[in-house]
Amino acid sequence: MTGSSFTPDNLAQFKATFFDECAELLVDLEERLNEMQAETADSEALNAIFRAVHSIKAGAGAFGFTQLVEFAHRYEALLDRMRDGLVQQTAAVATVLIHAGDILAGLVEAARSGEERSKDYGSEVSVEIDLLLAQVDGLESVITPVAAQGCDSDGGGEEPDRQPDTTVYVIDFAPRTELFRHANEPLLLIRELKGLGDLQIECFTDRLPGLRVMEPEDAYLRWRVTLTTDKSLDEVREVFEFVEDDCELAISAVAAEPEPREEDQDATAAGTRDADPAPSVEAPAVTDNAAPAADDAPATDGAAPSVQPAEERPAKTVSSKAAPQSGGVSSIRVDLDRVDRLVNVVGELVIAHSMQSQLNLNSGADFQSNQNNEDMTRVIRELQECVMAIRMQPVKSVFSRMPRLVREVAAKVNKQVRLLTEGEQTEVDKTVIEELADPLTHMIRNAIDHGIETPEEREAAGKQPMGKIKLSARHAGGNIIIQVIDNGAGINKEALLKKAISKGIVSEDAKLTDEEIEELIFAPGFSTAGSVTDVSGRGVGMDVVRRNINKLGGRISLHSTQGKGTCFTLTIPLSLAVLDGMLVAIGSEKYILPLASIIESFRPQGEQIRALAGGGEVVSMRGEYIRLIRVHHLFNIKDAVTDPRRGLVVVTETANGGKVGLLVDELIGQQQVVIKSIQENFDPVPGVSGATILGDGRVALILDIEQLKTMPAASGELWRPSSAAQTEQLAEEAQGNGQNAHVSAPTTDPEGRQLPITV
Amino acid sequence: MSKKVLTVDDSKTMRDMVRFTLSGVGFDVVEAQDGVQALSLLDSTKVDLIITDINMPNMDGVTLVKRVRGGSNHRGVPILVLTTEGGDAKKAEGKAAGATGWIVKPFTPDKLVQVVNKVCP
Amino acid sequence: MSEQIDNPLQDEVSREASPVESRNIQQFISFKVGDEEFAIDIMAVREIKGWTATAPLPNQPEYNLGVLNLRGTIVPTFDLRCRFGMGRTKTTPYHVVIIASVQERTIGLLVDAVSDILTVNEDQIRPVPDMERITAAEFLSGIITVEESMVVLLSLEKLFHRGETSSSAELAA
Repeated sequence: MTGSSFTPDNLAQFKATFFDECAELLVDLEERLNEMQAETADSEALNAIFRAVHSIKAGAGAFGFTQLVEFAHRYEALLDRMRDGLVQQTAAVATVLIHAGDILAGLVEAARSGEERSKDYGSEVSVEIDLLLAQVDGLESVITPVAAQGCDSDGGGEEPDRQPDTTVYVIDFAPRTELFRHANEPLLLIRELKGLGDLQIECFTDRLPGLRVMEPEDAYLRWRVTLTTDKSLDEVREVFEFVEDDCELAISAVAAEPEPREEDQDATAAGTRDADPAPSVEAPAVTDNAAPAADDAPATDGAAPSVQPAEERPAKTVSSKAAPQSGGVSSIRVDLDRVDRLVNVVGELVIAHSMQSQLNLNSGADFQSNQNNEDMTRVIRELQECVMAIRMQPVKSVFSRMPRLVREVAAKVNKQVRLLTEGEQTEVDKTVIEELADPLTHMIRNAIDHGIETPEEREAAGKQPMGKIKLSARHAGGNIIIQVIDNGAGINKEALLKKAISKGIVSEDAKLTDEEIEELIFAPGFSTAGSVTDVSGRGVGMDVVRRNINKLGGRISLHSTQGKGTCFTLTIPLSLAVLDGMLVAIGSEKYILPLASIIESFRPQGEQIRALAGGGEVVSMRGEYIRLIRVHHLFNIKDAVTDPRRGLVVVTETANGGKVGLLVDELIGQQQVVIKSIQENFDPVPGVSGATILGDGRVALILDIEQLKTMPAASGELWRPSSAAQTEQLAEEAQGNGQNAHVSAPTTDPEGRQLPITV
Repeated sequence: MSKKVLTVDDSKTMRDMVRFTLSGVGFDVVEAQDGVQALSLLDSTKVDLIITDINMPNMDGVTLVKRVRGGSNHRGVPILVLTTEGGDAKKAEGKAAGATGWIVKPFTPDKLVQVVNKVCP
Repeated sequence: MSEQIDNPLQDEVSREASPVESRNIQQFISFKVGDEEFAIDIMAVREIKGWTATAPLPNQPEYNLGVLNLRGTIVPTFDLRCRFGMGRTKTTPYHVVIIASVQERTIGLLVDAVSDILTVNEDQIRPVPDMERITAAEFLSGIITVEESMVVLLSLEKLFHRGETSSSAELAA
């Protein structure tokens, strides 16, 4: 066998697997720790935590991440004492466990990125663990971790300069009858000895019983082996490493043997005796090898727990809860790149097939081939769904991070908050999940910081002192709907409006509806925190949350009742790869509008269109005035319908709940499209979020309504007069000054309008 | 006819390393993630050696060793337990259950091959 | 390389350079735009296909023809004639799009026809003299003489570096 270590390539691969695994284990750990926090921890949770830490330690040992090994070892020791019932599970201990989990995650991250952590990283937690251990193991116990050895160092078999003296050993080896029951084999041992030097073997049959009483599975023979070798006593003894307890063994050196080397090898039961200068060593006759006294064993970790036999441990049966780590669901790990390739290929198949269908239609294919075509369409759609499903993951991985966030933030601001989660098994595309963590974190912080009142305030308001936040997920159509609901104070609209006016976002005489005031939360640079607490108020506001959600093609809206609480609702497409679209024609070009954002479409009468003096246009629809966007203007399309009365106005919902009308020539039809990136080979194009390939192989651009709103020529957006009188007033105003006098646009965007306005 | 080794470990990293090392020296390697999976695999597949981790969900290594030794079809097959505890306690527990030997994590490929050769040449 | 080289290549035998020290041998694909011959490094060329209509991208420079579908990939396509300030190409089915890689992007170049594969020694490449006529002469990287006629080597990196390809910067809200 050559090559005592893995090649760098193998190692890199193993490491990648290891870190993947670590990520999963850490998520699992976090979740289980939260379970424990809920004080419903059963031994199953504790075992799972122990296993997670243990697995991380094992892998880390293999790659030589010393610091990680040492810490994991400590952590594991504490968990082990807890499993044995020696350390009681209290709130304080749970806190230590959670902090230790953080440190562990930090060290894993450090190992992954290759950055050094200071020597004393996590030392506070280590000290706490040591204190807990000391209470159990006695004060002088110090954890000495097993040395981490990388794969590339030789595993304990390294020889210092060996004197090539040969020694003659006489080995008396008499197996106990039960040796075979462990599948050990004297023959193999002798063969192994043969590898060390010259052998002379004598076999003694004196212990053979008569045939009647002979047990076919028992060992009766014994041997005397004379071995001439240049190996040390240790090495000779190592041959018998696994059978020490199953045999009578005596090894004596006939010729002088070099000083036994003091080496810290895997402590075997013989480890202590190796230093014994006596040339002949008798193995202690262990009478009952089924239960060796562990207390006598020299423990390498200096704090070996007294091990109970497994069956006396808390039962390790599979709990009725689905253990996430259980092997019940067999799964394989697949590189995301491969899945992406698959998604792309299936996307191309969909396109190629729809091109074929188009041909069939045009060429007037017969009934049979149309039938076949329909079958194929169904199969391909199913295939597409299967592929998408591969990328789907439950939101649990994000939701499970929140309980601890709630605990920490609530503790910081002295509030009592309970988090309830619902629908954490709801699945959504992996890429979406990754983008959810930040917005949710921010919203929950906000809910605690601004939503939930202090216990005193709550009691004064006749509420339970403990506030609740509910985080829920569910599917609705092609979307996932995530809600963050708190039963706190709700949004103080007056304060909000004051703030907006003082910040110059809204002018003093503005009259906004309740919804519009709530919308102000999403205005850039808006934060209602009275002071800059270190919880929220980091200069990052809900505007960033909204932007992130919009980036996913999703929307965020809120609803709040003063004194009762606030509810934020996120609506996000399940996948970033497919879109239900409406194909529209503008001139000779075709575009896709996201179906989800279309409210309705209509052909306006002449009197429904109003021009504003500022160059904008509005179209009235059942008393509402909606800004009209001429896409042909923005995109400079020459042969498009310019008279709205001959085209169609497609009313779409914008991210902030407002409406705009897009002028198009005609609607062609709904279809599901595969989203293709333009940015792969080009720079971002304003007004266009991506492209897709139509049935005829042509490319159609997917329109980005949010960007269309802010493109040059944009003006005020939403008009929602609450009465006929106001409508009149509005018309006059519109004729009069065109611009909404009470709105000052954000300085960053002289053209665009970020906020809905009502007069 | 190459010998077949079953590696039982809930950590894919470990399974990969065992598989890689042993298939490199001519063993056939099959995998299981825990004791339960291992037993069901052993029902249908004959192996020449079992290498198992101790700490696993659903069924730990010690129980697995006991069940294999108590069963009929693999009771004579060598079983190595993987242990990070250099402490004798775990080894003793494994031994008591009927394990043939142990290998201490972390191991080098050489060390693993050496130990495997010891019990299953 | 390509699986669908257009006619001109099949009709003509490519003129191999005499086997010299291949150390400094370079190969180019030459093509026609109007009456002029240009060439680009063969290593940058992915394939050559017939002209098909593109979907125009809004608010782009005139030479940006929009995007085409290359087996599911969206490829921005540019009119070289227009890029050289000689007006838009009146496309026919006989026009050709060269699919090329520039700085890890895939782009299409609309040309009149592909003419040849040129194999030249490095020392046959002459530097471009100072040109006053073409303001953006920096994308000309050299001149080769092939049988009395002149072929101008183009640097795609200089022609279509990021930011040059679109005017989105000033349009972005």
